[in-house]
Amino acid sequence: MTAFHNIVVVGGGGAGLRAATAIAEANPLLSVAIVSKVYPMRSHTVSAEGGAAAVIADDDSLDEHAYDTVSGGDWLVEQDAVEAFVREAPTELLRLEHQGCPWSRQPDGRIAVRAFGGMKKKRTWFAADKTGFHLLHTLFQTALSYQDIVRYDEWFVTKLLEDEGGVHGVVAVELATGRIETIIANAVIVCTGGCGRVFPFTTNANIKTGDGMALAHRAGAPLKDMEFVQYHPTGLPFTGILITEATRAEGGWLLNKDGYRYLQDYDLGRPTAEPVLRSMELGPRDRLSQAFMHEHAKGRTIETPYGPIVHLDLRHLGAHVIDTKLPFVRELCSKYQNIDPVKELIPVRPVVHYMMGGIHTDIDGATPVGGLYAAGEVACVSINGANRLGSNSLPELLVFGARAGKAAAEYVRELKTGPRSAVYAQGRDEERRLRHELGKRTEGTERIADIRTEMQTTMEEGAGIYRDGDSLDKAAVKLHELRERFDRAAIDDHSSEFNTELIALLELDFMLDIAQSIVACAGRRTESRGAHQRTDFPKRDDEHFLAHSLVHHSGRVEYLPVTITRWPPGERVYGR
Amino acid sequence: MKNTPKTITMQVTRFRPGEDEAPVVQSYEVPLRKEWAVLDGLNHIKDHLDGTLSYRWSCRMGICGSCGMTVNGKPQLSCATFLTDYAPGPVRVEPLRNFPVIRDLVVDISDFMEKLPKVKPWLIHDGEPPEGEFLQTPREMDEYKKYSMCINCMLCYSACPVYALEPEFLGPAAIALGQRYNLDSRDDGAEDRRDVLASAAGVWACTFVGECSTACPKGVDPAGAIQRYKLTAAVSALKDYLLPRGARR
Amino acid sequence: MSAHQQPVSAFWWLHQWSYLLFVLRELSSVFVAWFVVYLLMLVSAVSAGQGPYEDFLAWSGQGWVLVLNVVALAFVLLHAVTWFALAPRAIVVPRVPPWVVLVAHYLAWAVLSAGVVWVVLR
Ligand SMILES: Cc1cc2nc3c(=O)[nH]c(=O)nc-3n(C[C@H](O)[C@H](O)[C@H](O)COP(=O)(O)OP(=O)(O)OC[C@H]3O[C@@H](n4cnc5c(N)ncnc54)[C@H](O)[C@@H]3O)c2cc1C
Ligand code: SF4
Ligand code: FES
Repeated sequence: MTAFHNIVVVGGGGAGLRAATAIAEANPLLSVAIVSKVYPMRSHTVSAEGGAAAVIADDDSLDEHAYDTVSGGDWLVEQDAVEAFVREAPTELLRLEHQGCPWSRQPDGRIAVRAFGGMKKKRTWFAADKTGFHLLHTLFQTALSYQDIVRYDEWFVTKLLEDEGGVHGVVAVELATGRIETIIANAVIVCTGGCGRVFPFTTNANIKTGDGMALAHRAGAPLKDMEFVQYHPTGLPFTGILITEATRAEGGWLLNKDGYRYLQDYDLGRPTAEPVLRSMELGPRDRLSQAFMHEHAKGRTIETPYGPIVHLDLRHLGAHVIDTKLPFVRELCSKYQNIDPVKELIPVRPVVHYMMGGIHTDIDGATPVGGLYAAGEVACVSINGANRLGSNSLPELLVFGARAGKAAAEYVRELKTGPRSAVYAQGRDEERRLRHELGKRTEGTERIADIRTEMQTTMEEGAGIYRDGDSLDKAAVKLHELRERFDRAAIDDHSSEFNTELIALLELDFMLDIAQSIVACAGRRTESRGAHQRTDFPKRDDEHFLAHSLVHHSGRVEYLPVTITRWPPGERVYGR
Repeated sequence: MKNTPKTITMQVTRFRPGEDEAPVVQSYEVPLRKEWAVLDGLNHIKDHLDGTLSYRWSCRMGICGSCGMTVNGKPQLSCATFLTDYAPGPVRVEPLRNFPVIRDLVVDISDFMEKLPKVKPWLIHDGEPPEGEFLQTPREMDEYKKYSMCINCMLCYSACPVYALEPEFLGPAAIALGQRYNLDSRDDGAEDRRDVLASAAGVWACTFVGECSTACPKGVDPAGAIQRYKLTAAVSALKDYLLPRGARR
Repeated sequence: MSAHQQPVSAFWWLHQWSYLLFVLRELSSVFVAWFVVYLLMLVSAVSAGQGPYEDFLAWSGQGWVLVLNVVALAFVLLHAVTWFALAPRAIVVPRVPPWVVLVAHYLAWAVLSAGVVWVVLR
């Protein structure tokens, strides 16, 4: 079966929906399709809690937002992209406001902003602590009013069709029926989100398996800065559920086992009763997660069956602040941890949260492969560099989703030729491969769950918050072994209707690719920067590594210099 | 406790199209741990006992709305329902009621997805939006806030006997979402939504069973939204009747 | 796609108290209709004069008619109580707590009933 569209957007999260509406507005005559493995409103954007940063307050400026972002990213940041980002973020958030997003308000009816880690000014817009939920549902419901956007809900993309250096569509499986379809398109925008599930302990939903990164990689696009994996300092043990940074922005404290605000020992400032911006608990995520590891080494964390923890103390905020500003946190704590943060300490530990790296794109979301665009967490422009600041991702989805949409619309306008027959043949080959996967995987000796678990522990041990040459080498060897074992993996389910085991198999295939890219890039970068901390190379090395790593599908890694416009590399200073 | 690992029996409804004529119940023993949600039990089955079991899940934090199931007869989010609450068991896990079953615990919600756009769940504003933000006080936001909390989990449809008997019924969540925009101070679309909301398949199909609001995990109170709209619809129908055209609204 | 249509059990309305009430309310329409018929019969009897009116009263006094009317009254009360229960959610008055709306309804009911009693027993 074959379908045709001008542009296919893979992914219906914040980035995908924004890209699709941008296309529809740029050129209403284009046929746009959104292909998503879950219903769009179930995409992971729904889980974002804390907020979205954009300059709106009178005492704030675009330059300050840009500087916070560049220094937060430890200068591994494309500064021209950051300038575009901070300029367009307010417009995008206002646009959402005009579409009905219930942003939290000041008493006089204007938008309210809150503090966030690593930001020198209060500039994070929020919808209580369900920002991503409201943002996604507003985008999705607004998209329903665009009747021309075709949706493939619960369709899983397995391959990008690539021919003569350009992308010409995708192959996708309809989950409900198992039908495999070749969807031809003049351009494809990949918006599939991150890959936290490569690690064992993550805030990321089950669907965040890095599919789009692997798809683009296989189609010839390099991945950029894959070694930069963000650990969020405050996840609930066992589930990995995120306790948003907004808890600390509202004044929460991190305490070690002695009830001591240990961040003061790590060059993050002096403890004060009221929160101070860019200081202590409002330091950047990489530094806070690293401080946890040091506390653990000093024996000052608390042991639990789910690993070491410290405490997040919100009790002094009182029930009123918690219920108005952080109601979801209270709900999550009581439902999933059986704890009431109004009266009790919340156990937390660092947890894999966000992928700074991703598909290499330019400032318009274009990859080096013709007709292939990427936006959102799956892409790496890069505005996040070596460490993303909290609340920069949601506006990034919108700004670069819209840019990629417009650029793709422009690209197909200028396109003269359609795909060659080789593209259709590729679609048929892929269909054959998928049928074969279903059929042949009967007598294997390995279970996919076992391989997945081993991959995750390998990544945690080899490429966690702190890494070194040795741990990374071991991880590389282990991943190689897992790749071989994957070929012998069997599945129990050979039916076509809603075969989630087949999907898990395809996702594991993607994740193994991603894991190998992360380890390869981390091994080459012999310095410490932002979220990439090498115990054997503890210093930042601008001379050799003020450059993005680009890993190709062949395994080759090369470096691309960073674009610097106005902010030369400096020291990252917090709390002083 | 260490040497006698506790387990609980999960009785899961299976349906494999083409293979099973009708759903069958299959029992599995899973570890009973205090942090484990029903969803963790299912994941244990999928990973270690039987890879063929199919169900939806994603966020496992009660916000994506994927994991609705019938647990011991009640519609629940399986990621927010704990196994220990059903100890010593067995726990019965069935698909959400009132929807066709695609496979095992996966139901077909396309009926809702088709109804949702009918209530025009997007902001309709006459004229250009302001340069900056629309002003909206916290009190104005409170008017619609709870109706904006819907995660589309379908538990309310599963609990609603009217929907079971009259599949035409727009249903609790769709109506609540229409009301969410009607009550938003920035919106002028109430008139556009009226034909659908005030139709026989709209609010008037509801006879206030109230189970939707009981089932809702997010405090949306769809039953309240429906009752409130009944009054609105009745009043505007009356106005249409009594007032000359110019004086309406 | 061969989706399985889940059958609705014949006794689904016994599974939950709220479902039973729902079915009772649906059923009550028959009795409400009966009240209308009864009222029309009353009106026609009154308009026909003293004799037919007295016959009507005598007929109404029979056991089965009495029982029927008591049952019908119970159903109409069920309706009234249901409406009252939902009134606070249908009528949202700014700055007035929901319970006030509820109490106001019951108060209005009491006042009207007292009025009727006064007219009848006067
Ligand atoms: C718990 C949590 C809290 C967060 N809080 C914040 C915050 O407060 N502020 C902030 O700025 N950022 C926050 N983030 C980060 C931010 O939410 C994410 O980076 C962002 O939502 C990613 O959006 P996306 O559109 O790129 O992808 P997603 O929303 O993840 O969407 C991915 C889409 O791709 C589809 N897809 C994936 N693979 C396939 C495939 N093979 N075939 C078809 N479709 C596919 C999926 O169905 C989905 O629709 C948070 C992240 C987490 C995990
Ligand atoms: S109204 Fe409540 S129960 Fe119904 S779909 Fe929305 S969140 Fe789920
Ligand atoms: S898994 Fe998302 S709501 Fe349960």
